[in-house]
Amino acid sequence: MTRPTLTRDDVAHLAHLARLELTEQELDTYVGQLSVILDSVATVSAVAGDSEVEPTSHAVPLTNVYRDDVVRPGLSREDALASAPAAEDGRFRVPQILGEEQ
Amino acid sequence: MSADLTRQTAATLADMIASGEVSSREVTQAHLDRIAAVDGSVHAFLHVSGELALAQADAVDRAIAAGDGPGAGAGVGAAGAPLSPLAGVPLALKDIVVQRGVPTTAGSKILEGWRPPYDATVTTRLLDAGVVILGKTNLDEFAMGSSTENSAYGPTRNPWDLSRIPGGSGGGSAAALAAFEAPLAIGTDTGGSIRQPAAVTGTVGTKPTYGGVSRYGVIALASSLDQVGPCARTVLDTALLHEVIAGHDPRDSTSIPSPVPSVVQAVRRGQTDGIAGLRVGVVKQLRGEGYQPGVLASFDAAVATLTAAGAEIVEVDCPHFQYALAAYYLILPSECSSNLARFDAMRYGLRVGDNGIASAEEVMSKTRGQGFGAEVKRRIILGTYALSAGYFDAYYGSAQKVRTLIRRDFENAFQSADVLISPSSPVTAFPIGEKVNDPMAMYLNDLATIPGSLAGIPAMSVPSGIATDTGLPVGLQIMGPALGEEQIYRVAAAFESAYLAEHSALVPDRAPELEVVAK
Repeated sequence: MTRPTLTRDDVAHLAHLARLELTEQELDTYVGQLSVILDSVATVSAVAGDSEVEPTSHAVPLTNVYRDDVVRPGLSREDALASAPAAEDGRFRVPQILGEEQ
Repeated sequence: MSADLTRQTAATLADMIASGEVSSREVTQAHLDRIAAVDGSVHAFLHVSGELALAQADAVDRAIAAGDGPGAGAGVGAAGAPLSPLAGVPLALKDIVVQRGVPTTAGSKILEGWRPPYDATVTTRLLDAGVVILGKTNLDEFAMGSSTENSAYGPTRNPWDLSRIPGGSGGGSAAALAAFEAPLAIGTDTGGSIRQPAAVTGTVGTKPTYGGVSRYGVIALASSLDQVGPCARTVLDTALLHEVIAGHDPRDSTSIPSPVPSVVQAVRRGQTDGIAGLRVGVVKQLRGEGYQPGVLASFDAAVATLTAAGAEIVEVDCPHFQYALAAYYLILPSECSSNLARFDAMRYGLRVGDNGIASAEEVMSKTRGQGFGAEVKRRIILGTYALSAGYFDAYYGSAQKVRTLIRRDFENAFQSADVLISPSSPVTAFPIGEKVNDPMAMYLNDLATIPGSLAGIPAMSVPSGIATDTGLPVGLQIMGPALGEEQIYRVAAAFESAYLAEHSALVPDRAPELEVVAK
């Protein structure tokens, strides 16, 4: 498989998708480091990419884990808001979600 | 006598407390004093809960004085309830497991000052068993690292040599044990975060079968790999703690609904009956290139010890292990990029740049950019890439297939061996700063522990000795098939007994004395 080269713009785009504000210096560092890491992990697609092997996600496979649908106590409003960065009128106060143009 | 309390095993302390020879308060105070004396140089703890711990100790003492035992309910059991085997014994809790009202940071700035509003299931089980929680231990940020240097609160130092790393991510828990600040500790292991720190600090640590211990209330790193486990200075203490924390929890859907393994009994059996006739497999791929000569020499000596104890040694071939590291460094970043999306600056934790003008999205980016450290950001970006449309199959999908190939290698190996062994870490403790700017060099520390993590099998590290080339401790990794905890504890106990007979002291007792700061 030919691996697409990871460019500085790619890293900036990925950081934006992950909502991570990076400094110019961080971008420079990560481009190099991530390319090295990607080169060394690319072997997985060579060994398993096209094979019919089933993927593993749990050592002891469990299926359909259900619990009874009963009402039980949860966090109180006071507890839930105790560590909030900002709260108002018993609610989380958040920065504006919709821009003015919306 | 109280001067010696910190040198005792948890099993001995529990007996002394139960018989009234010493109070839990005295034992707890002795450990708090030790922390005050040495933690300035070790920095194993991020938070010490002195008053809370003493109050818990007093509750255990009252229950014992009243003639009943702490069996259930915050260490103060109903009259006549049997005494929990670890009642009144202090423990260090890795700061990624939540305890109600006690600051929990996961080693990250983004959670600075956060006090969880609930207890993890592990915490509840410890408190119910009367185990006294001394405080929260340092770790690599969100458990990402092998040296504890990625903690936002500064590195922990290895008690064997303060200029060296204590392993990671659970370096704080392992160092607390090695520095005699606590006889018991809780770790979490995603790719080796219990076993590698145990190896480089000369202590014992177990990663149970995936799903063996509840993860409810444990801050998630990679959900298909994370496991909580017990750490101590002896195999028996580790087993006693294992039985306290293990078992099904309906609050964790990955928790296995099977009985708690009888690991304490397995340890007694290993100590008394030995391991004659047991088949021990040496994994061909987990030795040789990349392993320090002193580590290999200690491993060979361990093989000789096991042979002398009656084990039948066989070599096993696991050809797909060579792809384990690659698969791991795709699966882990992918899952962590998803798990860490919850740190959005809205409901708890840090919020940066909320000036009344900035949008939620801008605040989120700024907060995450400043709140997360370098390694966390590196892995989030890598994971975001590996999960992108067009790359998912080639990366995450292929990695999960490699995982199956590794699982099959283990299944084949367990046809010819009851347990498998390898060095736990390819090298002994390295100097602080040596690998911190070279992610690939750092990742190689988990070479031996990652295959077991990917397969979800139980594995533990016990000290195999002290390396002749560096004078630092080396760990022996013992791996078993899924739910095979009893086998690995039995072998670990037999090995530890043989080591003690040969060297007249266990590895933790051979550590150099730490300088005590005058109070």
